[in-house]
Amino acid sequence: MTEVMHVETDVLVIGSGGAGMYAAIEAARSGAQSGAQVLLADRSLIGRGGATVMAQMTVATALGSHVPDHWTYHLHDTLQAGRGLCDEGLSRLLCQEGPDCIRQMDEWGVGWARKDGRIAAAMAPGHDRPRCVYVDFLNTGPAVSKTLRAVVNKTSGIRKACDLLITDLVSHDGEVVGAAALHLTSGAPVTIAAKATVVATGGLTRLYRRNSASANMGGDGYALALRAGAPLIDMEFVQFFPIGHLAPRLIGMDPIMWDPFRYKLGGRLLNGLGEEFTSHYGSREDGAYVLTRDLATYAIVKEIEAGRGSPHGGAYLSFEHCPEAELRAAFGPVIDRLANNAIDLTRMPVEVAPIAHYHMGGVAADARMETEIPGLLVAGEAVGGANGANRLSGNAVTEALVFGRRAGRSAAARVAGMTSQPFRQQAAKAALDVATHDGASNRPNSAEMIRRLQSVMAEDVGPFRTREGLERATTRIDDLAGELGERPFGDGQRFDMRRIDWFDLRNMLLVARVVAQAALRRTESRGAHQREDFPGMLPEWRVNQVVRWHDGHIDLVSAAPAPGLVAAQ
Amino acid sequence: MTATAQLRVWRGLALRAGKFETYEVPFEPGQSVLDGLRWIRANRDPTLAIRFSCINANACKECMMEIDGDTVYACMERLEPREMTVQPLSNKALVRDLVTEIAPPAERFRKA
Repeated sequence: MTEVMHVETDVLVIGSGGAGMYAAIEAARSGAQSGAQVLLADRSLIGRGGATVMAQMTVATALGSHVPDHWTYHLHDTLQAGRGLCDEGLSRLLCQEGPDCIRQMDEWGVGWARKDGRIAAAMAPGHDRPRCVYVDFLNTGPAVSKTLRAVVNKTSGIRKACDLLITDLVSHDGEVVGAAALHLTSGAPVTIAAKATVVATGGLTRLYRRNSASANMGGDGYALALRAGAPLIDMEFVQFFPIGHLAPRLIGMDPIMWDPFRYKLGGRLLNGLGEEFTSHYGSREDGAYVLTRDLATYAIVKEIEAGRGSPHGGAYLSFEHCPEAELRAAFGPVIDRLANNAIDLTRMPVEVAPIAHYHMGGVAADARMETEIPGLLVAGEAVGGANGANRLSGNAVTEALVFGRRAGRSAAARVAGMTSQPFRQQAAKAALDVATHDGASNRPNSAEMIRRLQSVMAEDVGPFRTREGLERATTRIDDLAGELGERPFGDGQRFDMRRIDWFDLRNMLLVARVVAQAALRRTESRGAHQREDFPGMLPEWRVNQVVRWHDGHIDLVSAAPAPGLVAAQ
Repeated sequence: MTATAQLRVWRGLALRAGKFETYEVPFEPGQSVLDGLRWIRANRDPTLAIRFSCINANACKECMMEIDGDTVYACMERLEPREMTVQPLSNKALVRDLVTEIAPPAERFRKA
C-alpha cells in the first residue's frame, strides 16, 4: 500500500473557484504580521473547474455608475426573490460588500464592460434597475477565474495543490482540525493538518442529468460538512435555469449562454406551436427579459406537459426578429461560434429547457462565514441562506467574491490566535481506513451508477415534486447506496476513476437523500420548490429547514429565518 | 444498422506497457469525442481515465489529448462515424490512459 503523505498548513481552502481563490488571497494577506500560510486544494486544476469559470453572464452589484443605486435596493430585491426565507445577515453582507469586491476585481484587471468610461450594468429579471456587470463576450466567469488565478500566483503564502480530492474532514475535540484526501495523480492517501478549513466546493448541480456546471459540482462540501457535524439549511431549494440550451446539439458553448442574449436583445420565448405562452402563466414578456427563473421554469414545464413543447421537449427561443447587424454588435465572435455549430439565429429558433443551475441551500454559517463547528468555515455557493427560496440573477458570483473574502479574513483571524496544530493523526484513522482499502474488483459500473442517480433526481426531485415521486426517489437513492457499500471500488492506483466515482457517489447519494427528504417534508410550494400536490405558499412554512446528521440518520427540523426588514410576500 | 464511431483508445499506466482498445460508440450528429469517451465509461468500462471538468463548454481546458495525431480538446472535436485514434499527450508525463500531468509544476501537490 502507498505510504500516507502528511502536510501542515494554517488555512486549508477546499475548492479553487471564485470563492476559494478569494478566500486564499485574503487569508494570506490578512494574517498576523507575516500572513497566514494557505493550502489551496482542488480536485481538478487550480481555478479551472467549479462554477465560476462557467458563469458566462452577469454579476449583480449596486455600483450606481449610470443609474443611481444603493446596496439597500439590491438587498430589497434579493429578499423579495428569496420568498421570505433569506438569512438577512448574509443577504446584507452580499449586497453591502459587493461593490467593494467588484471594484477590487476591476483594479486587478478583470475588464468589466464599460460605457462612457464607467462600468456598464445590464438589466436582469428580478432587479429594479440595471445592476448586472459583465465581461464581453460571454466571458464573465473565465475573466473572473483568470484574474483571481493571477492574483493567487502573485500572493506569497499560498501553496497550490491540484488533483487533490478531499474525502473527509478530520475532527478532534469537537473542532475541525484538517482533512483526509486522495492525491489523484499518484493514488497516495494524504492527511492535512489545518488550524482553519474553508469549504468552497460550490453546489450540487451534478446530481441532475441536465446541468450547467462542471462535473466536479456533486455537493462535496455539503456532505463533508454534514458528516463533520455542521448543519445544512434550505436543502430543498435547487434552482433550475429555465432556458438551458437543448437543441440543436452544440459544442464549445455553455448551456446557459442564452441568458446574456436575452439581457441584451430580449428574444421571444415560444411554445412548440410558435405561440408566446408566458402570459398564460401571469407574466407578459413583450420582448423584454423580465420573467424570474422560477416562473419561467414553471411556464415552460407546463407547456411541455400540455403537449405544446418543442420537438426535443422544451420551448423555442427566437431571435429571428433581430437584424444580423444587431446580433453581431452584441455578441461578435460568438455568432461565428454558433455558425460553426450550424446555428443561424436570423433564420431559426433554438430549443431551450430548464437545467439544474444553482443551489440555494448549503452549510449554515454566520456573517463571518463560520459554521457551528469551530475550525470549519464556508464560502460561496456552499453557504446556505443568503438567497432563500430563489436566487436573484447575478448574485452567485457576487457571493463567491464577498463570502470568499470574508471567509479568508475570518480564517486568518482564527489562525492568528493559535500557537499549535490541534490535528491528531489518530483522528484521521477512520477516514484513512476507507481511503486506503482496496475494494473488491467485481463491482457495479460506477459511472453508470452516477447516470442512474442523475435520472432519479431529474425524474422525481426536479423543479416539480410530488409525495409519490419523492418517496420513489428516496427508495431508489437508498438502493444505490446499498450497491455502493462501505468500501471503495477500484485498484487504488494512479487516477483510479472507479475510486473517484465511489467517493463522489458517497457524497452525491447523501446529498441527494437530504434534498429529497427536505422536499418531502415541505408541504407547500415556494420559490424553486414546487409541490404539485401542495400548490401555493403557506405562512406557517415561512421557516428554514435545518438538516443534521446523527449516527447515520438525517434529522430535519424547522427554524424561523433570521429576522428580516422586508416582509414575506 | 445505426452508425457508430470506432474509438481506438490508448490504455495503460506506463508508456511501454500500454495498448490500444477499440470501442464501438453509438454515433449521433453533433456529439463531441468527449461525449463518446463518457459513453464508454458509463456503458463499457468505467476504469477509462479521462480528465475534464466542464462538459463541452470549452471553459476548463482540461480535456487536452491527441486525436488522430493532433493535439486538441476532446470537447471541441466532433465525433465522426469512422475509426478515430485517441491518445494521451505525447509531450506530457503520462498518468494513466488519456490523463497526463498538464498542471504547471507550481500547482502540483507536493509534500514540502
